[in-house]
Amino acid sequence: MTNITFYVPQDAAALAVGANDVVTAIQAEAKKRQLMVNIIRNGSRGMLWLETLVEVVTPEGRVAYGPVEADDVPGLFDAGWHEGKPEHSLYHGLTEDIPYLKKQQRLTFARVGIINPLSLEDYQAHGGYEGLKKALSMAPEKIVEEVTESGLRGRGGAAFPTGIKWNTVLKAQADQKYIACNADEGDSGTFSDRMVMEGDPFTLIEGMTIAGVAVGATYGYIYLRSEYPQAADVLNKAIAIARETGWLGNDIQGSGHAFDLEVRIGAGAYICGEETSMLDSLEGKRGQVRYKPPLPALKGLFGKPTVINNVISLASVPIILAKGGAYYRDFGMGRSKGTLPFQLAGNLKQGGLVELAFGITLRELLYDFGGGSASGRPLRAVQVGGPLGAYLPESQWDIPLDYESYMKVNAMVGHGGIVAFDDTVDMAHMAEYAMEFCAVESCGKCTPCRIGAVRGTEVIQKIRQDHQREQQVHLLRDLCDTMLSGSLCALGGMTPYPVLSALEHFPQDFGLEAAPAASQA
Amino acid sequence: MTTPASPAAAQPASDAVKQAALNAVNRYAGQKGNLLPVLHDIQHALGYIPDDAVPVLSEALQLSRAEIHGVITFYPHFHSKPMAPTVLEMCRAESCQAMGANNLIDHARQKLGCDFHETSQNGQVSLEPVYCLGLCAQSPAVMVNGQPHARVTPAKLDKLLGEGA
Repeated sequence: MTNITFYVPQDAAALAVGANDVVTAIQAEAKKRQLMVNIIRNGSRGMLWLETLVEVVTPEGRVAYGPVEADDVPGLFDAGWHEGKPEHSLYHGLTEDIPYLKKQQRLTFARVGIINPLSLEDYQAHGGYEGLKKALSMAPEKIVEEVTESGLRGRGGAAFPTGIKWNTVLKAQADQKYIACNADEGDSGTFSDRMVMEGDPFTLIEGMTIAGVAVGATYGYIYLRSEYPQAADVLNKAIAIARETGWLGNDIQGSGHAFDLEVRIGAGAYICGEETSMLDSLEGKRGQVRYKPPLPALKGLFGKPTVINNVISLASVPIILAKGGAYYRDFGMGRSKGTLPFQLAGNLKQGGLVELAFGITLRELLYDFGGGSASGRPLRAVQVGGPLGAYLPESQWDIPLDYESYMKVNAMVGHGGIVAFDDTVDMAHMAEYAMEFCAVESCGKCTPCRIGAVRGTEVIQKIRQDHQREQQVHLLRDLCDTMLSGSLCALGGMTPYPVLSALEHFPQDFGLEAAPAASQA
Repeated sequence: MTTPASPAAAQPASDAVKQAALNAVNRYAGQKGNLLPVLHDIQHALGYIPDDAVPVLSEALQLSRAEIHGVITFYPHFHSKPMAPTVLEMCRAESCQAMGANNLIDHARQKLGCDFHETSQNGQVSLEPVYCLGLCAQSPAVMVNGQPHARVTPAKLDKLLGEGA
């Protein structure tokens, strides 16, 4: 009897819909039928509406079935899924040929969902550690040049050129430098950091090691939000494996370079995704925003020069080194180079992760990939870039997604999170929620954010209750202006984006006339 | 670095609390800026961070009580009071709202007879808000004692709580 190999994801998105029960059911059913099965726990392919997506290895390739629930398993065996047969309604054919996946340009996510996340052999068989091997043979300046050449910009949302940041740290003189990875992925509608950490943790470890070698930092921290316990578990196991095999430590693969790192768990504060708050939190303090200057690149963690990058930025570095900066740069448009893992969320039929070059439009993502609304009702508003991103009405869905084009309409691409709402949404409620969220999560250091968000919530409530509406709208605009220009960081400084975009594009929800002039901007 | 102590913090720590605090300090000894890992460790051992752990940490880590209290109260994940056996964290963020989270939350409030940051009337469930669990393509999402659940309906929530409470 030959072994039948199944892939069942261990990604939190699969666990959250019963993947472990599916594994138990497969084992029980196989035993009953006296079949030998081998179950590999992979990351998620990112077609999250199909989770739990089970793949069966056949001579033709991996065949997909989903969404599988434990109760479906006996029927799937009856239909011959263990031989890759197409008779079951959950059959999707070869995973690679599913259009959602086939149409993507996966660079950063090349291995996610394909390999066993904790198998170093799997990782290396799929190109893992090629980038670091190359970096170890290069001068630090050359590594930084390669990253600069790639055009990679910070994927956390601020889109600052990664190469320039690295160069500042490289040139700084200090007895100790650090790499701090921002894995505090708190924006609603985003999960790409989580997926890469759970599905391909060695990519992040490799990217951080390359950053360390490039700038002369010997220690790194992954600041991970406490809402991601599964990611913490996978990362800690992967770090232990990397240490045992000499990919972390005092003498990486005999190169003479030293680099090690640890995972630090946050504690539920959204603001700690702001880079200087994160530094304070890593130092064991309240996560309060710091004044800049000094730049963290010169005076960061424990007062030392620190590279702070988002998970996706660092996870994109290995392929840039392995294939060259030019290879990566040739994806994308304008000054937005490479790919971005877009995350389709909210009211969409086919939510998931879609990695593509910059320049695609929202409409293509919402309909060609997302399949329209989950509810079957018309889509009405889409928030792009997390809770601090603008709400876009349908008239803006054809703007190409790149940093500059979005900035022109007071919106932001941010971390690539896309949250769709159908026509039942009350945009005045969403505006009030944006202010309330800012009030809950404000670190309290600067007044526009700390007080402004509380007053903003009250003002929007008054508008909704038609309490001196015109006057309160004027006040709200004034307040947003103060928050925009007077806040210390992006939390207070960008909360006006969702608020004002809701007001501009959906005035009727605030009880205002849909004046033609109001639909500008 | 002395601060006036609150009456609760002035109480001598019970042996169990002292032990948990010192174990945590020892486990992370020598690691820079280790207050968060230490607090996580205590909460993991005891289920919360009792007030009387603060003076023990203050002495062991050479930090003022005010600093430690300030850190505990800054982070929503840390609790100074015991939680119920089942902790239900419900996502309030935009993506979950787009898929009916507000109705689900109302259902939970009604069923449990409590609001956020409170414990159900039977004392079995603590209800906490959370702002994104990273399960946004399968909204609405909740976490029950650290285990994620997605595409949650009121019926599914009742089933989850039936098992947990």
